[in-house]
Amino acid sequence: MTALLEVQGASKSFRGLRAVTNVSLSLQANAIAALIGPNGAGKTTIFNIIAGATAADAGRIVFDGKHIDGLRPDQICERGIARTFQIVKPFSGLSVLDNVMVGALKRHSRVAEARRQALNLLDQLGLGARRDLPASVLTLPDRKRLEVARALATEPKLLLLDEAMAGLRPIECQALIEFLREINRRDGVAILLIEHVMRAVMALAQKVVVLHHGEVVASGAPQEVVRDRAVLECYLGESAAI
Amino acid sequence: MGFAGQLSLGHSLYLGIGAYAAAALHYHFGVGPWAGLWFAVALCVCLSAVVGGLAFRYGISGVHFTLLTIAFAESARIGFDHFSWLGGSGGLFLKVAQRDQIDWVNLRGTPAMFYYVMLALAAGAFALSGWLMSSRAGYYWQAIRENEEAARALGIDTFRWKMFAMMISAALTSVGGVFLAFYYNHLFPEQIFHISRSIEIILGPIIGGMGTLFGPILGAALLMLLGEGATEVIGAYGWEIPGLKQLIYGIALWLVITLLPQGVWPPLARKLGVWK
Repeated sequence: MTALLEVQGASKSFRGLRAVTNVSLSLQANAIAALIGPNGAGKTTIFNIIAGATAADAGRIVFDGKHIDGLRPDQICERGIARTFQIVKPFSGLSVLDNVMVGALKRHSRVAEARRQALNLLDQLGLGARRDLPASVLTLPDRKRLEVARALATEPKLLLLDEAMAGLRPIECQALIEFLREINRRDGVAILLIEHVMRAVMALAQKVVVLHHGEVVASGAPQEVVRDRAVLECYLGESAAI
Repeated sequence: MGFAGQLSLGHSLYLGIGAYAAAALHYHFGVGPWAGLWFAVALCVCLSAVVGGLAFRYGISGVHFTLLTIAFAESARIGFDHFSWLGGSGGLFLKVAQRDQIDWVNLRGTPAMFYYVMLALAAGAFALSGWLMSSRAGYYWQAIRENEEAARALGIDTFRWKMFAMMISAALTSVGGVFLAFYYNHLFPEQIFHISRSIEIILGPIIGGMGTLFGPILGAALLMLLGEGATEVIGAYGWEIPGLKQLIYGIALWLVITLLPQGVWPPLARKLGVWK
Protein backbone atom coordinates (compact mmCIF):
# COMPACT_ATOMS: atom_id res chain seq x y z
CA MET A 1 0.00 0.00 0.00
CA THR A 2 1.43 3.33 -1.00
CA ALA A 3 1.48 6.21 1.40
CA LEU A 4 -1.06 9.03 1.05
CA LEU A 5 1.36 11.57 2.45
CA GLU A 6 5.09 11.37 2.48
CA VAL A 7 7.40 14.01 3.94
CA GLN A 8 10.94 13.36 2.75
CA GLY A 9 13.80 15.02 4.60
CA ALA A 10 12.12 18.34 5.33
CA SER A 11 14.28 21.05 6.90
CA LYS A 12 13.52 24.61 7.84
CA SER A 13 15.48 27.32 9.63
CA PHE A 14 14.20 30.67 10.80
CA ARG A 15 17.07 33.18 10.79
CA GLY A 16 19.58 30.49 11.59
CA LEU A 17 17.39 28.82 14.18
CA ARG A 18 16.76 25.26 13.02
CA ALA A 19 13.09 24.58 13.57
CA VAL A 20 12.94 21.33 11.66
CA THR A 21 15.88 19.17 10.57
CA ASN A 22 15.63 16.36 8.03
CA VAL A 23 12.20 15.16 9.08
CA SER A 24 10.68 12.26 7.21
CA LEU A 25 7.31 10.75 7.94
CA SER A 26 4.58 9.00 6.06
CA LEU A 27 0.89 8.40 6.46
CA GLN A 28 -1.17 5.65 4.84
CA ALA A 29 -4.52 6.36 3.23
CA ASN A 30 -7.40 6.15 5.75
CA ALA A 31 -4.90 6.16 8.63
CA ILE A 32 -4.73 8.34 11.72
CA ALA A 33 -1.32 9.41 12.97
CA ALA A 34 -0.22 11.79 15.69
CA LEU A 35 2.71 14.14 15.84
CA ILE A 36 3.77 14.72 19.42
CA GLY A 37 6.66 16.38 21.19
CA PRO A 38 7.47 19.17 23.66
CA ASN A 39 6.68 22.80 22.90
CA GLY A 40 8.98 24.21 20.26
CA ALA A 41 9.78 20.79 18.81
CA GLY A 42 8.77 21.92 15.33
CA LYS A 43 5.36 20.26 15.04
CA THR A 44 3.49 23.29 13.75
CA THR A 45 6.36 24.08 11.37
CA ILE A 46 5.91 20.64 9.81
CA PHE A 47 2.20 21.35 9.42
CA ASN A 48 2.91 24.69 7.81
CA ILE A 49 5.33 23.04 5.40
CA ILE A 50 2.81 20.37 4.42
CA ALA A 51 0.00 22.93 4.04
CA GLY A 52 2.16 25.28 1.97
CA ALA A 53 2.08 28.14 4.47
CA THR A 54 5.86 27.88 4.97
CA ALA A 55 8.36 26.95 2.26
CA ALA A 56 10.85 24.31 3.41
CA ASP A 57 14.58 24.93 2.88
CA ALA A 58 15.02 21.33 1.79
CA GLY A 59 13.01 18.17 1.37
CA ARG A 60 10.03 17.07 -0.63
CA ILE A 61 6.37 16.44 0.12
CA VAL A 62 4.48 13.83 -1.85
CA PHE A 63 0.70 13.68 -1.55
CA ASP A 64 -1.43 11.17 -3.39
CA GLY A 65 1.53 10.28 -5.61
CA LYS A 66 2.35 13.87 -6.63
CA HIS A 67 4.86 16.41 -5.38
CA ILE A 68 3.08 19.25 -3.63
CA ASP A 69 6.02 21.20 -2.24
CA GLY A 70 6.16 24.72 -3.65
CA LEU A 71 2.40 24.92 -4.14
CA ARG A 72 0.37 27.70 -2.55
CA PRO A 73 -1.92 26.90 0.43
CA ASP A 74 -5.04 27.21 -1.72
CA GLN A 75 -3.63 24.81 -4.31
CA ILE A 76 -2.79 22.31 -1.59
CA CYS A 77 -6.34 22.57 -0.25
CA GLU A 78 -7.53 21.94 -3.80
CA ARG A 79 -5.48 18.72 -3.88
CA GLY A 80 -7.27 17.53 -0.77
CA ILE A 81 -5.42 18.63 2.37
CA ALA A 82 -7.30 20.72 4.92
CA ARG A 83 -5.84 22.12 8.11
CA THR A 84 -6.90 23.78 11.32
CA PHE A 85 -4.87 26.41 13.10
CA GLN A 86 -3.51 26.03 16.60
CA ILE A 87 -4.37 29.67 17.23
CA VAL A 88 -7.88 29.62 15.84
CA LYS A 89 -8.58 31.95 12.94
CA PRO A 90 -12.34 32.24 12.58
CA PHE A 91 -13.92 34.77 10.20
CA SER A 92 -15.10 36.70 13.26
CA GLY A 93 -17.57 39.00 11.54
CA LEU A 94 -19.34 36.19 9.73
CA SER A 95 -21.92 33.86 11.19
CA VAL A 96 -20.93 30.33 12.21
CA LEU A 97 -22.82 28.98 9.21
CA ASP A 98 -21.13 31.40 6.79
CA ASN A 99 -17.73 30.40 8.18
CA VAL A 100 -18.34 26.78 7.26
CA MET A 101 -19.95 27.74 3.95
CA VAL A 102 -16.73 29.44 2.86
CA GLY A 103 -15.08 26.05 3.18
CA ALA A 104 -17.97 24.19 1.55
CA LEU A 105 -17.89 26.50 -1.49
CA LYS A 106 -14.59 24.87 -2.44
CA ARG A 107 -16.37 21.79 -3.75
CA HIS A 108 -19.90 23.13 -4.19
CA SER A 109 -19.96 26.29 -6.26
CA ARG A 110 -23.73 26.64 -5.79
CA VAL A 111 -24.49 28.53 -2.59
CA ALA A 112 -27.58 26.45 -1.73
CA GLU A 113 -25.61 23.20 -1.93
CA ALA A 114 -22.77 24.66 0.12
CA ARG A 115 -25.29 25.71 2.76
CA ARG A 116 -26.75 22.22 2.97
CA GLN A 117 -23.29 20.71 3.31
CA ALA A 118 -22.30 23.25 5.98
CA LEU A 119 -25.48 22.71 8.03
CA ASN A 120 -24.91 19.00 7.93
CA LEU A 121 -21.38 19.39 9.31
CA LEU A 122 -22.48 21.87 11.99
CA ASP A 123 -25.12 19.43 13.23
CA GLN A 124 -22.59 16.61 13.39
CA LEU A 125 -20.22 18.77 15.44
CA GLY A 126 -22.94 19.99 17.78
CA LEU A 127 -22.81 23.57 16.54
CA GLY A 128 -26.17 23.50 14.76
CA ALA A 129 -27.92 25.60 17.38
CA ARG A 130 -25.32 28.34 17.16
CA ARG A 131 -25.22 28.59 13.39
CA ASP A 132 -26.59 32.14 13.15
CA LEU A 133 -24.35 33.65 15.83
CA PRO A 134 -21.34 35.66 14.71
CA ALA A 135 -18.20 33.54 15.13
CA SER A 136 -16.73 36.23 17.41
CA VAL A 137 -19.10 35.37 20.28
CA LEU A 138 -18.25 31.65 20.37
CA THR A 139 -16.36 30.18 23.32
CA LEU A 140 -12.89 28.77 22.63
CA PRO A 141 -14.04 25.10 22.55
CA ASP A 142 -16.73 26.08 20.04
CA ARG A 143 -14.20 27.97 17.94
CA LYS A 144 -11.99 24.89 17.91
CA ARG A 145 -14.90 22.83 16.64
CA LEU A 146 -15.71 25.53 14.10
CA GLU A 147 -12.15 25.21 12.78
CA VAL A 148 -12.65 21.49 12.34
CA ALA A 149 -16.03 21.97 10.63
CA ARG A 150 -14.64 24.61 8.26
CA ALA A 151 -11.67 22.45 7.30
CA LEU A 152 -13.84 19.35 6.76
CA ALA A 153 -16.22 21.38 4.61
CA THR A 154 -13.53 21.45 1.91
CA GLU A 155 -13.95 17.65 1.72
CA PRO A 156 -10.29 16.75 2.22
CA LYS A 157 -8.58 13.40 1.83
CA LEU A 158 -6.25 14.40 4.65
CA LEU A 159 -7.10 16.51 7.66
CA LEU A 160 -4.32 18.24 9.62
CA LEU A 161 -5.45 19.04 13.16
CA ASP A 162 -3.25 21.38 15.17
CA GLU A 163 -4.14 20.89 18.84
CA ALA A 164 -7.85 20.68 18.22
CA MET A 165 -8.40 19.15 21.69
CA ALA A 166 -6.57 21.79 23.70
CA GLY A 167 -8.89 23.64 26.05
CA LEU A 168 -11.75 21.18 25.62
CA ARG A 169 -13.39 19.59 28.64
CA PRO A 170 -12.99 15.78 28.85
CA ILE A 171 -16.56 15.17 27.70
CA GLU A 172 -16.16 17.52 24.72
CA CYS A 173 -12.84 15.91 23.98
CA GLN A 174 -14.48 12.49 23.94
CA ALA A 175 -17.21 13.70 21.58
CA LEU A 176 -14.62 15.10 19.18
CA ILE A 177 -12.60 11.88 19.31
CA GLU A 178 -15.70 9.89 18.38
CA PHE A 179 -16.57 12.32 15.61
CA LEU A 180 -13.08 12.07 14.13
CA ARG A 181 -13.21 8.28 14.29
CA GLU A 182 -16.53 8.42 12.51
CA ILE A 183 -15.36 10.61 9.61
CA ASN A 184 -12.23 8.48 9.34
CA ARG A 185 -14.22 5.26 9.11
CA ARG A 186 -17.22 6.53 7.14
CA ASP A 187 -15.60 9.03 4.73
CA GLY A 188 -12.09 7.59 4.71
CA VAL A 189 -10.51 10.89 5.73
CA ALA A 190 -6.91 10.37 6.84
CA ILE A 191 -5.93 12.43 9.86
CA LEU A 192 -2.61 13.77 11.06
CA LEU A 193 -2.92 15.42 14.44
CA ILE A 194 -0.63 17.47 16.60
CA GLU A 195 -1.79 16.83 20.10
CA HIS A 196 -0.74 17.26 23.71
CA VAL A 197 -3.85 15.56 25.07
CA MET A 198 -2.41 12.03 25.29
CA ARG A 199 -5.82 10.49 25.87
CA ALA A 200 -6.83 11.63 22.40
CA VAL A 201 -3.56 10.45 20.88
CA MET A 202 -3.86 6.99 22.43
CA ALA A 203 -7.53 6.72 21.46
CA LEU A 204 -7.14 7.82 17.85
CA ALA A 205 -3.67 7.26 16.45
CA GLN A 206 -2.44 4.04 14.94
CA LYS A 207 0.98 5.60 14.63
CA VAL A 208 2.83 8.23 16.64
CA VAL A 209 5.80 10.31 15.51
CA VAL A 210 7.77 12.05 18.25
CA LEU A 211 9.63 15.25 17.47
CA HIS A 212 12.26 16.83 19.67
CA HIS A 213 14.38 19.84 18.74
CA GLY A 214 13.10 19.56 15.19
CA GLU A 215 14.13 15.94 14.71
CA VAL A 216 12.21 12.69 14.72
CA VAL A 217 13.32 10.81 17.86
CA ALA A 218 10.83 7.97 17.73
CA SER A 219 8.03 6.64 15.61
CA GLY A 220 5.74 3.63 15.84
CA ALA A 221 2.62 2.29 17.51
CA PRO A 222 1.44 4.48 20.42
CA GLN A 223 1.92 1.84 23.12
CA GLU A 224 5.52 1.27 22.06
CA VAL A 225 6.38 4.92 21.63
CA VAL A 226 5.28 5.98 25.12
CA ARG A 227 7.69 3.44 26.59
CA ASP A 228 10.53 4.52 24.35
CA ARG A 229 13.59 5.69 26.24
CA ALA A 230 14.31 8.64 23.97
CA VAL A 231 10.72 9.84 24.28
CA LEU A 232 10.76 9.71 28.06
CA GLU A 233 14.03 11.61 28.06
CA CYS A 234 12.76 14.44 25.91
CA TYR A 235 9.61 14.85 28.00
CA LEU A 236 10.92 14.20 31.49
CA GLY A 237 14.65 14.73 31.30
CA GLU A 238 17.48 12.21 31.31
CA SER A 239 17.41 11.08 34.93
CA ALA A 240 13.76 10.11 34.82
CA ALA A 241 14.40 7.61 32.08
CA ILE A 242 17.03 5.70 34.01
CA MET B 1 -13.55 46.47 -2.73
CA GLY B 2 -14.72 47.06 0.81
CA PHE B 3 -16.15 43.56 0.87
CA ALA B 4 -12.66 42.24 0.29
CA GLY B 5 -11.28 44.58 2.93
CA GLN B 6 -9.29 46.92 0.73
CA LEU B 7 -9.46 50.70 1.03
CA SER B 8 -8.83 52.66 -2.16
CA LEU B 9 -8.32 56.40 -2.09
CA GLY B 10 -7.57 56.48 -5.79
CA HIS B 11 -10.89 55.73 -7.39
CA SER B 12 -10.85 59.14 -9.05
CA LEU B 13 -8.41 57.38 -11.41
CA TYR B 14 -11.16 55.19 -12.85
CA LEU B 15 -13.72 57.98 -12.72
CA GLY B 16 -11.35 60.24 -14.65
CA ILE B 17 -10.02 57.69 -17.13
CA GLY B 18 -13.55 56.50 -17.81
CA ALA B 19 -14.74 60.06 -18.34
CA TYR B 20 -11.78 61.06 -20.50
CA ALA B 21 -11.87 57.88 -22.58
CA ALA B 22 -15.50 58.27 -23.58
CA ALA B 23 -15.20 62.04 -24.00
CA ALA B 24 -12.05 61.75 -26.14
CA LEU B 25 -13.66 59.18 -28.45
CA HIS B 26 -16.63 61.49 -28.83
CA TYR B 27 -14.59 64.66 -29.26
CA HIS B 28 -11.95 63.36 -31.67
CA PHE B 29 -13.69 60.56 -33.52
CA GLY B 30 -17.37 61.25 -33.06
CA VAL B 31 -17.93 57.93 -31.31
CA GLY B 32 -21.21 57.89 -29.43
CA PRO B 33 -21.28 57.63 -25.65
CA TRP B 34 -22.83 54.17 -25.62
CA ALA B 35 -20.01 52.71 -27.72
CA GLY B 36 -17.45 54.76 -25.83
CA LEU B 37 -18.76 53.36 -22.58
CA TRP B 38 -17.52 49.87 -23.45
CA PHE B 39 -14.10 51.17 -24.34
CA ALA B 40 -13.93 53.22 -21.14
CA VAL B 41 -14.92 50.26 -18.98
CA ALA B 42 -12.45 47.94 -20.70
CA LEU B 43 -9.65 50.47 -20.31
CA CYS B 44 -10.37 50.95 -16.61
CA VAL B 45 -10.60 47.24 -15.96
CA CYS B 46 -7.16 46.78 -17.57
CA LEU B 47 -5.78 49.68 -15.56
CA SER B 48 -7.16 48.30 -12.32
CA ALA B 49 -5.59 44.95 -13.19
CA VAL B 50 -2.22 46.69 -13.39
CA VAL B 51 -2.68 48.51 -10.07
CA GLY B 52 -4.14 45.44 -8.37
CA GLY B 53 -1.58 43.11 -9.92
CA LEU B 54 1.28 45.23 -8.62
CA ALA B 55 -0.24 45.57 -5.17
CA PHE B 56 -1.46 42.04 -4.56
CA ARG B 57 1.47 40.24 -6.21
CA TYR B 58 3.92 42.02 -3.95
CA GLY B 59 1.71 41.72 -0.90
CA ILE B 60 0.99 45.42 -0.55
CA SER B 61 -1.96 45.81 1.75
CA GLY B 62 -3.52 48.10 4.31
CA VAL B 63 -2.21 51.64 4.42
CA HIS B 64 0.38 50.91 1.74
CA PHE B 65 -2.28 49.72 -0.66
CA THR B 66 -4.22 52.91 -0.05
CA LEU B 67 -1.10 54.98 -0.70
CA LEU B 68 -0.47 53.11 -3.94
CA THR B 69 -3.97 53.91 -5.18
CA ILE B 70 -3.43 57.58 -4.36
CA ALA B 71 -0.11 57.54 -6.22
CA PHE B 72 -1.70 56.18 -9.39
CA ALA B 73 -4.52 58.71 -9.31
CA GLU B 74 -2.13 61.59 -8.67
CA SER B 75 0.19 60.60 -11.49
CA ALA B 76 -2.82 60.45 -13.81
CA ARG B 77 -3.80 63.94 -12.71
CA ILE B 78 -0.35 65.33 -13.41
CA GLY B 79 -0.04 63.37 -16.65
CA PHE B 80 -3.36 64.61 -17.99
CA ASP B 81 -2.42 68.16 -17.05
CA HIS B 82 0.25 67.92 -19.76
CA PHE B 83 -1.68 65.79 -22.23
CA SER B 84 -2.50 68.45 -24.80
CA TRP B 85 -4.39 66.09 -27.13
CA LEU B 86 -7.02 65.95 -24.39
CA GLY B 87 -6.85 69.63 -23.58
CA GLY B 88 -4.23 69.41 -20.84
CA SER B 89 -4.84 71.52 -17.79
CA GLY B 90 -7.08 73.78 -19.87
CA GLY B 91 -9.70 71.07 -19.93
CA LEU B 92 -11.63 69.12 -22.52
CA PHE B 93 -14.97 70.57 -23.66
CA LEU B 94 -17.74 68.62 -25.32
CA LYS B 95 -20.07 70.49 -27.61
CA VAL B 96 -23.01 71.64 -25.58
CA ALA B 97 -26.25 70.94 -27.32
CA GLN B 98 -29.56 72.29 -26.20
CA ARG B 99 -30.12 71.38 -22.59
CA ASP B 100 -33.86 71.04 -22.95
CA GLN B 101 -33.99 68.33 -25.61
CA ILE B 102 -33.51 64.73 -24.73
CA ASP B 103 -31.27 62.82 -27.12
CA TRP B 104 -30.62 59.33 -25.82
CA VAL B 105 -28.27 58.34 -28.64
CA ASN B 106 -25.80 61.11 -27.89
CA LEU B 107 -26.71 61.30 -24.22
CA ARG B 108 -27.75 64.90 -24.29
CA GLY B 109 -30.59 66.20 -22.25
CA THR B 110 -32.04 67.87 -19.25
CA PRO B 111 -30.67 67.52 -15.74
CA ALA B 112 -33.83 65.58 -14.91
CA MET B 113 -32.92 62.99 -17.51
CA PHE B 114 -29.47 62.63 -16.02
CA TYR B 115 -31.02 62.30 -12.61
CA TYR B 116 -32.95 59.26 -13.75
CA VAL B 117 -29.94 57.85 -15.58
CA MET B 118 -27.87 58.16 -12.40
CA LEU B 119 -30.68 56.65 -10.34
CA ALA B 120 -30.84 53.69 -12.71
CA LEU B 121 -27.06 53.29 -12.52
CA ALA B 122 -27.12 53.35 -8.73
CA ALA B 123 -29.92 50.80 -8.67
CA GLY B 124 -28.02 48.65 -11.15
CA ALA B 125 -24.83 48.83 -9.10
CA PHE B 126 -26.78 47.98 -5.97
CA ALA B 127 -28.43 45.00 -7.62
CA LEU B 128 -25.11 43.77 -8.99
CA SER B 129 -23.46 44.10 -5.57
CA GLY B 130 -26.36 42.32 -3.92
CA TRP B 131 -26.15 39.47 -6.39
CA LEU B 132 -22.37 39.20 -6.02
CA MET B 133 -22.58 39.22 -2.26
CA SER B 134 -25.01 36.33 -2.18
CA SER B 135 -22.84 34.32 -4.55
CA ARG B 136 -19.56 32.51 -3.98
CA ALA B 137 -17.63 35.73 -4.68
CA GLY B 138 -19.28 37.50 -1.76
CA TYR B 139 -18.45 34.73 0.68
CA TYR B 140 -14.86 34.60 -0.54
CA TRP B 141 -14.37 38.36 -0.36
CA GLN B 142 -15.68 38.49 3.18
CA ALA B 143 -13.47 35.57 4.15
CA ILE B 144 -10.44 37.38 2.71
CA ARG B 145 -11.38 40.53 4.63
CA GLU B 146 -11.79 38.67 7.90
CA ASN B 147 -8.65 36.54 7.74
CA GLU B 148 -6.59 36.13 4.62
CA GLU B 149 -4.46 33.26 5.92
CA ALA B 150 -7.49 31.21 6.92
CA ALA B 151 -9.13 32.01 3.58
CA ARG B 152 -6.08 30.68 1.74
CA ALA B 153 -6.06 27.51 3.83
CA LEU B 154 -9.67 26.92 2.76
CA GLY B 155 -8.60 26.85 -0.86
CA ILE B 156 -9.30 30.45 -1.85
CA ASP B 157 -6.89 31.91 -4.40
CA THR B 158 -6.82 35.26 -2.63
CA PHE B 159 -4.87 37.00 -5.41
CA ARG B 160 -7.44 36.07 -8.01
CA TRP B 161 -10.45 37.10 -5.93
CA LYS B 162 -8.93 40.40 -4.84
CA MET B 163 -8.17 41.19 -8.47
CA PHE B 164 -11.75 40.35 -9.38
CA ALA B 165 -13.06 42.75 -6.70
CA MET B 166 -10.72 45.48 -7.92
CA MET B 167 -11.77 45.08 -11.56
CA ILE B 168 -15.49 45.13 -10.82
CA SER B 169 -15.06 48.19 -8.65
CA ALA B 170 -13.09 49.96 -11.40
CA ALA B 171 -15.68 49.03 -14.01
CA LEU B 172 -18.55 50.44 -11.96
CA THR B 173 -16.64 53.63 -11.21
CA SER B 174 -15.72 54.14 -14.86
CA VAL B 175 -19.37 53.87 -15.89
CA GLY B 176 -20.06 56.69 -13.47
CA GLY B 177 -17.20 58.63 -15.05
CA VAL B 178 -18.62 58.31 -18.57
CA PHE B 179 -21.99 59.72 -17.55
CA LEU B 180 -20.28 62.43 -15.54
CA ALA B 181 -18.42 63.53 -18.67
CA PHE B 182 -21.60 63.81 -20.72
CA TYR B 183 -23.46 65.52 -17.93
CA TYR B 184 -20.91 68.23 -17.21
CA ASN B 185 -19.57 68.43 -20.78
CA HIS B 186 -16.21 69.65 -19.52
CA LEU B 187 -13.35 67.79 -17.90
CA PHE B 188 -10.41 69.21 -15.99
CA PRO B 189 -7.66 66.93 -14.66
CA GLU B 190 -7.49 69.13 -11.56
CA GLN B 191 -11.09 68.32 -10.79
CA ILE B 192 -11.78 64.82 -11.92
CA PHE B 193 -8.53 63.18 -10.80
CA HIS B 194 -8.27 65.22 -7.63
CA ILE B 195 -7.93 63.26 -4.41
CA SER B 196 -10.99 65.02 -3.02
CA ARG B 197 -12.97 63.09 -5.67
CA SER B 198 -11.62 59.81 -4.35
CA ILE B 199 -12.43 60.89 -0.83
CA GLU B 200 -15.94 61.83 -1.93
CA ILE B 201 -16.33 58.36 -3.46
CA ILE B 202 -15.17 56.53 -0.34
CA LEU B 203 -16.68 58.85 2.30
CA GLY B 204 -20.21 57.50 1.82
CA PRO B 205 -19.12 53.89 2.42
CA ILE B 206 -16.96 54.90 5.41
CA ILE B 207 -19.80 56.82 7.07
CA GLY B 208 -22.42 54.22 6.20
CA GLY B 209 -20.32 51.10 6.73
CA MET B 210 -17.66 49.64 4.44
CA GLY B 211 -18.27 46.16 3.14
CA THR B 212 -22.03 46.32 3.55
CA LEU B 213 -24.71 46.71 0.91
CA PHE B 214 -26.85 49.45 2.46
CA GLY B 215 -24.03 51.26 4.20
CA PRO B 216 -22.76 53.22 1.18
CA ILE B 217 -26.28 54.30 0.23
CA LEU B 218 -27.08 55.39 3.76
CA GLY B 219 -23.71 57.12 4.05
CA ALA B 220 -24.15 58.98 0.79
CA ALA B 221 -27.66 60.07 1.81
CA LEU B 222 -26.43 61.28 5.21
CA LEU B 223 -23.54 63.19 3.64
CA MET B 224 -25.85 64.75 1.08
CA LEU B 225 -28.27 65.87 3.79
CA LEU B 226 -25.42 67.18 5.89
CA GLY B 227 -23.71 68.97 3.00
CA GLU B 228 -26.83 70.51 1.51
CA GLY B 229 -28.20 71.27 4.96
CA ALA B 230 -24.98 73.02 5.88
CA THR B 231 -25.06 75.04 2.66
CA GLU B 232 -28.66 76.05 3.33
CA VAL B 233 -28.00 77.06 6.90
CA ILE B 234 -24.84 78.93 5.99
CA GLY B 235 -26.73 80.69 3.20
CA ALA B 236 -29.70 81.49 5.41
CA TYR B 237 -27.57 83.11 8.08
CA GLY B 238 -25.39 84.76 5.51
CA TRP B 239 -22.17 83.43 7.03
CA GLU B 240 -19.32 83.73 4.62
CA ILE B 241 -16.76 81.41 6.14
CA PRO B 242 -14.66 79.64 3.52
CA GLY B 243 -14.25 75.93 4.15
CA LEU B 244 -17.05 75.72 6.70
CA LYS B 245 -18.69 72.89 4.76
CA GLN B 246 -15.45 70.90 4.71
CA LEU B 247 -15.12 71.52 8.43
CA ILE B 248 -18.60 70.12 9.03
CA TYR B 249 -17.75 67.10 6.86
CA GLY B 250 -14.59 66.61 8.88
CA ILE B 251 -16.41 66.74 12.19
CA ALA B 252 -19.04 64.28 10.94
CA LEU B 253 -16.34 61.89 9.75
CA TRP B 254 -14.49 62.20 13.06
CA LEU B 255 -17.67 61.50 15.04
CA VAL B 256 -18.48 58.44 13.00
CA ILE B 257 -14.95 57.05 13.22
CA THR B 258 -14.74 57.49 16.98
CA LEU B 259 -18.29 56.54 17.90
CA LEU B 260 -19.24 54.07 15.18
CA PRO B 261 -16.00 52.69 13.71
CA GLN B 262 -17.93 50.19 11.59
CA GLY B 263 -20.12 52.93 10.14
CA VAL B 264 -23.72 53.87 10.79
CA TRP B 265 -25.37 50.90 9.10
CA PRO B 266 -24.09 47.82 11.01
CA PRO B 267 -25.31 48.93 14.48
CA LEU B 268 -28.54 50.19 12.91
CA ALA B 269 -29.02 46.84 11.19
CA ARG B 270 -28.57 45.08 14.51
CA LYS B 271 -31.17 47.35 16.10
CA LEU B 272 -33.61 46.59 13.34
CA GLY B 273 -32.82 42.91 13.61
CA VAL B 274 -31.48 42.64 10.07
CA TRP B 275 -28.39 40.52 9.62
CA LYS B 276 -25.68 42.31 7.55
